Amino acid sequence: MSAGTPRPALILDGLRKEFPHRRSLFGKAEAPVRAVDDVSFFVQPGETLGLVGESGCGKSTLARLIMRMMAPTSGSVLVDGQRVDTLLPSEVLAYRRKVQMIFQDPYASLNPRIRAGDLIAEPLLIHGLAKGAARAARVRELADQVGLAASSLTRFPHEFSGGQRQRIAIARALAVSPRIVVADEPVSALDVSVRAQVLNLMADLQAERGLSYLFISHDIGTVAYLSQRVAVMYLGAIVEIGPARDVLRRPRHPYTRLLLEAVPVAHPRLKSRRREVLRGEVPSAANIRDACRFAPRCPMATERCHIEVPQPRTLDGDRLVACHFAEDTPDLPKGLAA
Amino acid sequence: MPVATDLLDIQDLTVTFGGGSSRVTALHGVSFDLRKGETLALVGESGSGKSLTALSIMGLLPPEGHVAGGRVMLGSEDLLTQSRRDLVRTRGSRVSMVFQEPMTSLNPVLTVGRQLTEGLEFHRGATRAAAKARALDLLKLVGLTQPERRMRQYPHQLSGGMRQRVMIAMALACEPDLIIADEPTTALDVSIQAQIIDLMLDIKERLGTAILLITHDLGVVAEMADRIAVLYAGHVIEIAESLTLFDTPRHPYTEGLLAAVPRLDVLVAGTTARVRLAELPGSVPSPADRTNGCPFTPRCPIATARCAAEMPPMTPLDAAHSVACWERAP
Repeated sequence: MSAGTPRPALILDGLRKEFPHRRSLFGKAEAPVRAVDDVSFFVQPGETLGLVGESGCGKSTLARLIMRMMAPTSGSVLVDGQRVDTLLPSEVLAYRRKVQMIFQDPYASLNPRIRAGDLIAEPLLIHGLAKGAARAARVRELADQVGLAASSLTRFPHEFSGGQRQRIAIARALAVSPRIVVADEPVSALDVSVRAQVLNLMADLQAERGLSYLFISHDIGTVAYLSQRVAVMYLGAIVEIGPARDVLRRPRHPYTRLLLEAVPVAHPRLKSRRREVLRGEVPSAANIRDACRFAPRCPMATERCHIEVPQPRTLDGDRLVACHFAEDTPDLPKGLAA
Repeated sequence: MPVATDLLDIQDLTVTFGGGSSRVTALHGVSFDLRKGETLALVGESGSGKSLTALSIMGLLPPEGHVAGGRVMLGSEDLLTQSRRDLVRTRGSRVSMVFQEPMTSLNPVLTVGRQLTEGLEFHRGATRAAAKARALDLLKLVGLTQPERRMRQYPHQLSGGMRQRVMIAMALACEPDLIIADEPTTALDVSIQAQIIDLMLDIKERLGTAILLITHDLGVVAEMADRIAVLYAGHVIEIAESLTLFDTPRHPYTEGLLAAVPRLDVLVAGTTARVRLAELPGSVPSPADRTNGCPFTPRCPIATARCAAEMPPMTPLDAAHSVACWERAP
């Protein structure tokens, strides 16, 4: 990192999480499942890094590791230059003032028996940030910032629509004035017409507060809207990372390209193209061998891909791609790449 | 497109829930038609009534639901007045359904093979051996590898994408004229979704099966639909051919919905500045809060006093495009 660029808000360095494989009664122990396998990236202050991948690729495990909801097998997480993975249990609470999370399902992540105002006050209480009248004033201020009417604060979660519930969840996350927000599919459970409200709110709050977002989603359109940079995850590893527009316009990893081709078109005029279909399904993370993890499904795979793990390489200046043949990846068909 | 002949004609379908003072109307006089071999998408958000429409066609409304009026004509028969016995014969044989969640709609204690042959034996009177041979063909048709092995497997042994293929095979078993697909790809990953969309397009092309596609996902609609009917709060508010609807939507709700979705192609092609997404204010009203007026009034940028008082009727703009809006089709 050259001088002059700000220190990243979040750095992951060689992060790895293994889950022991279930052992059969007489069989020998199998290799553990590598849910997150040597993941390294950074997020700058005020930046959104979009994390894209299909189910089972390890994106939610990654979020849990960053939130310190579980400990990594190896590697480190740094927030503001401070190591997170070695925190003592007594230090985790203080850490969570810096990093907060928004979950996918606002129906499941809010306690149904607690009123909206108390839900927003809860983090202030837990972290001992404001008392009495000051706390009440802070709750009203937060509610106002996320677009909730002060008069609605006495209501229970079930009395709100999905979009409003997600606003409550955002107000809770912002209550402790974090620097980083990890958002795991924050709009996936919402109606289409309400998603734009929440996405715009997140963009506004970021501009006002200089927040960093790690925005996790399977919906590439949403990621493209909010993110400056995009990371693509497959079977526990980042296969491509770089500026959002470049990665989505000219993907260099064959998985990124096939994933983009699979995204339904935005307009029926574009549908005449016959896409190249990503064949098969994501294999279990237990089956990773010493090879490119995408090789079994890759249309470009050669012998080398089956015997040698591709290391991430820098391409086009600020892009990292883990593919032996990234230069040969064909461009997206016209129309989709516009 | 071949000569358009109506396969399904729904007129004024009205469905209510509950009784007495707690009675709410969930579908308000829904009308549309579906031609042979056509894919019509019913698009709407949660609470719009799109799934209820499908359940009404299949005679599968929950016990507290009640059809208060209208007709569902399949050919010359009204499915709403069919006897129970005839309805059972129609279901699965002439109309079949693919549900969103294949894990909950497949029977977990029967093998895939048994679930496929069951319908063939019941509806077609096939022998065990004939049904089994046909089931194998169906599994091949929907692109499942190792069909003999799949026949012996149980749903939990299959992945989500494979289960949805089995659902589609079951729906095709008796060569129905119409398949109702209720959010068929919503529970699937994007790469599996693309496979299932391609499969359904392929089946439509090869077998000429009409599809009533129910979804909230405008991308899936753009890929699959010939025509689109937009539902809002239990009303059909716009119907048009797919290209027309995407190019020149006329109802302010349709406009807002299309503008609120981030378009990957536009975002990637755009210049450096991030364009703010258009927002539709507020959210879908609950069925209990509905008035006599247009249900979109509180969120509508062009609403007038008349809109709050009186629901506009569906008015044709041309032969293929109708809209229910006082301002756009007076």
